[in-house]
Amino acid sequence: MQESMSVRLADGAADTFPKLLLRNAERIAERPAYRFKDLGIWQTWSWREVRDQVRDFSIALDALGLKRGDRIAIVGSNRPRLYWTFLAAQCLGATPVPVYADSVADELAYVLDHAEVTIAVAEDQEQVDKLLSISDRVPRLTHIIYDDERGLAKYDHTRLHAFSEMLLFGAKQVGIKTETTERTRDDWWRGQIAAGNGRDISVMLYTSGTTGRSKGVMLSAQGCINAAIDTVTFDKLDESDVVVAYLPLAWVGDHYLNFAQSLVAGFCVACPESPETAPGDLREIGPTFYFAPPRVFESLLTRVMIRIEDASPLKRRMFHHYIAVAKRWGEKILNQESVPFTARLSYALGNLLVYAPLKNVLGFSNIRVAYTAGEAIGPELFSFYRSLGMNLKQLYGQTEAFLYVTAQPNGQIRADTVGPPTPNVSIRIADNGEVLYKSPGQFVGYFKEPEKTAETMTSDGFVKTGDAGFFDPQGHLKIIDRANDVGKLGDGALFAPKYLENKLKFFPNIKEAVAFGPGRPFATAILNIDLTAVANWAEKNDIIYASYQELAAHPLVYQMVRRNVEAVNRILAAEPAMAAAQIKRFLILHKELDADDGELTRTQKVRRSFIAERYAPLIEALYDGSTHRRIETQVTFEDGRKGAISGDITISEAETFPTTPPTATFKEAAE
Amino acid sequence: MNVDVAPKSDPPGAFAKGEVLLAVENVSLSFGGVRAIRGVSFDITKGEIRAIIGPNGAGKTSMLNVINGFYHPQEGVITYKRERRSAMRPYIAASQGIGRTFQNVALFKGMTTLDNIMTGRTLKMRSGILAQAFRWGPAEREEIQHREVVEKIIDFLEIQHIRKTPVGKLPYGLQKRVELGRALATEPELLLLDEPMAGMNLEEKQDMSRFIIDVNDQLGTTIALIEHDMGVVMDLSDRVVVLDHGQKIADGTPSEVQANQAVIDAYLGVAH
Repeated sequence: MQESMSVRLADGAADTFPKLLLRNAERIAERPAYRFKDLGIWQTWSWREVRDQVRDFSIALDALGLKRGDRIAIVGSNRPRLYWTFLAAQCLGATPVPVYADSVADELAYVLDHAEVTIAVAEDQEQVDKLLSISDRVPRLTHIIYDDERGLAKYDHTRLHAFSEMLLFGAKQVGIKTETTERTRDDWWRGQIAAGNGRDISVMLYTSGTTGRSKGVMLSAQGCINAAIDTVTFDKLDESDVVVAYLPLAWVGDHYLNFAQSLVAGFCVACPESPETAPGDLREIGPTFYFAPPRVFESLLTRVMIRIEDASPLKRRMFHHYIAVAKRWGEKILNQESVPFTARLSYALGNLLVYAPLKNVLGFSNIRVAYTAGEAIGPELFSFYRSLGMNLKQLYGQTEAFLYVTAQPNGQIRADTVGPPTPNVSIRIADNGEVLYKSPGQFVGYFKEPEKTAETMTSDGFVKTGDAGFFDPQGHLKIIDRANDVGKLGDGALFAPKYLENKLKFFPNIKEAVAFGPGRPFATAILNIDLTAVANWAEKNDIIYASYQELAAHPLVYQMVRRNVEAVNRILAAEPAMAAAQIKRFLILHKELDADDGELTRTQKVRRSFIAERYAPLIEALYDGSTHRRIETQVTFEDGRKGAISGDITISEAETFPTTPPTATFKEAAE
Repeated sequence: MNVDVAPKSDPPGAFAKGEVLLAVENVSLSFGGVRAIRGVSFDITKGEIRAIIGPNGAGKTSMLNVINGFYHPQEGVITYKRERRSAMRPYIAASQGIGRTFQNVALFKGMTTLDNIMTGRTLKMRSGILAQAFRWGPAEREEIQHREVVEKIIDFLEIQHIRKTPVGKLPYGLQKRVELGRALATEPELLLLDEPMAGMNLEEKQDMSRFIIDVNDQLGTTIALIEHDMGVVMDLSDRVVVLDHGQKIADGTPSEVQANQAVIDAYLGVAH
């Protein structure tokens, strides 16, 4: 079935997403397309129903004056009507521009203004308020449409419209014939879809802006669909699959995995009731395809471990025993290697008693394929999930590529690589170690920034990723760091900050780490503790604290973190290339790094240069030998107000170790 | 959102906005020799948010207990929905649309949020205990109807994520919100809130204030609240009555009360 579908797609019958919608509404008309939990009950729309809703909404958008080539903003979390807005806009030849729901007003204003948006579709009152507050900075924005009607009844409705009203309006128009011809609005709508083609800009995704202002990445319809066909075939996805859409709507991952793949494969997208209920909703739906960044897997594991520590001694022992069994045999069984019969038996028992119930609690019971990407994942963490029998794999991708550049095929899974190139992708490593690629979903260009587009492309049409990496002997790509971030210490030794930070972050106590070192005599780090893990530890050890700041500054916390840093140094000492970059001094920051303060990107990546500038006095203190430094920091709250927090920060030394050849224990740790 | 939790069609004899819904006249209450309330009179009109403030021991909570019939005053008259009584009875109060929350959260700690709010529907349930236990047809249909009302309240108060969490495990601010939910489940016409924001941080207070305004605004519920946070009282309430040592010392709009010398003295203390 899979192949026949791909063949039909390949002949160019459906080169835009609305055409795929029409195809699904005929071929799998009654299959569930979207689910959304409302008032505690899962509501379902079949593909046929989705087609009708999208049609009604497009007709209403046309009445509001949305034209071919216009751009329409989508602001909110994962809700079916927001996904349908993508399709409704594409039906008319307009380009949807999703914006992160948690953007502060400034960021929102920048994107809306830069994208020249004329209509915005918002999730609820919060987003409408944000849009209204910036309306004088985006003069082109004429209409705002909202989904959740709560609290908006008394607003001035001259340019504000409820989604439900729009649908009603559209539904009334469907059968009406236009004055001049015999065609109904429905015929007209189908005509609009037919007029679209694969070269249309299907969507514009703004990059998270790891470096500087975010850019509008334009993706073509045909490119998006071709890329999605490749991975749908690669992972054998079809209409019987189901995903839970909880990733930010504006992120390429969500648009690819949940929107594009769903339309191509015909699978169902389930939207959680609210972002906070996502874990429970995940459990109720039991998705078959799942994506999460490493930090989600990490926090899930931390939560499981905390709860196991609170369980009865019998359960605790059972858990640890069978997790050890899984650690030994689980991955081998998953990779279909030969395993002794007794081990299989023991694993089967473990599955009955521990793995299956645990996966059920996490909502992972039905998963066929799961991916992680975005950051390096700890080998221990990666093996933990795989040993439970969950087919977790890694991929490497970019907004500019429309996600996939590489992905691990079944049976070739390793924690430290991101896999070989996905079908139809070619990769080249530049002389400076930068990874370059050409892919079917490759972007058309940055909106209104041809000079930046040119900068990103090589003369022969490859895209520069900005990441440094290399291929290992098996043909798998390994990413070390951002190409620009790889530097040298004062004595010329190699310094890859990401590499250090990832090693530090594999400890549950450390949530975020920022390493410094280029041009300096030794490496140092600024750390954030993980409040969940450390708070639990504090409770057990009778440590009383009132705030993150107080806990972070506690001498015992410092002691514990110091042991973690020294453990990292020990591992580094065993790696000749990295041994010089051991961390001599570190500090625990008095506040959590936050995207609202510009310290992280919206996708939670560290903005190292910004942090270096903001905390310059602290970095100076890390190198001038002082043991304390006072600092006052401005913080921004979500509503845009500013405040300040100050603290006296302790700087701690950490032991470093002479370079040693790897011993047996280190080998084990590295495996 | 479309909350049709409370006012459906106005029944005959419904109260117009601004009409007196409840009045206490000359109410006095003593416990042995302690005179908790001394000859207090004030009224609450339909649709308003009425604050009762005063220093510790002024008789605020006693006043709420008199209004919902938990205490019986020795003197005075209580008029609720045009009916004059010398004392309210709790079951009359509950069945006639007076809902309340408590100063110290009074929820069933071992039960989930959903079940706690569901208990607020008890008075509206018609089927018997046996029918409910065996999910007899009509009982099941009735439960579905009530569950729908409860789900709308859960949505209204944005507590979907704790729907199935035992309330004992919830932080204090959320417990307060669940308690408000249970009071709303009785579809009250008059809602008595005893220190709804006590012990909350700024963000929780802002959330709770918004919910109180929404309840008043969207459901049309009349609200009487006791609160210590003056900022909250001044922002939220339409009229304020001030008690001190069991006596009424002021009554009026927030700005009038704020300017009243007796009130300033009561709060700051004066040499007697």
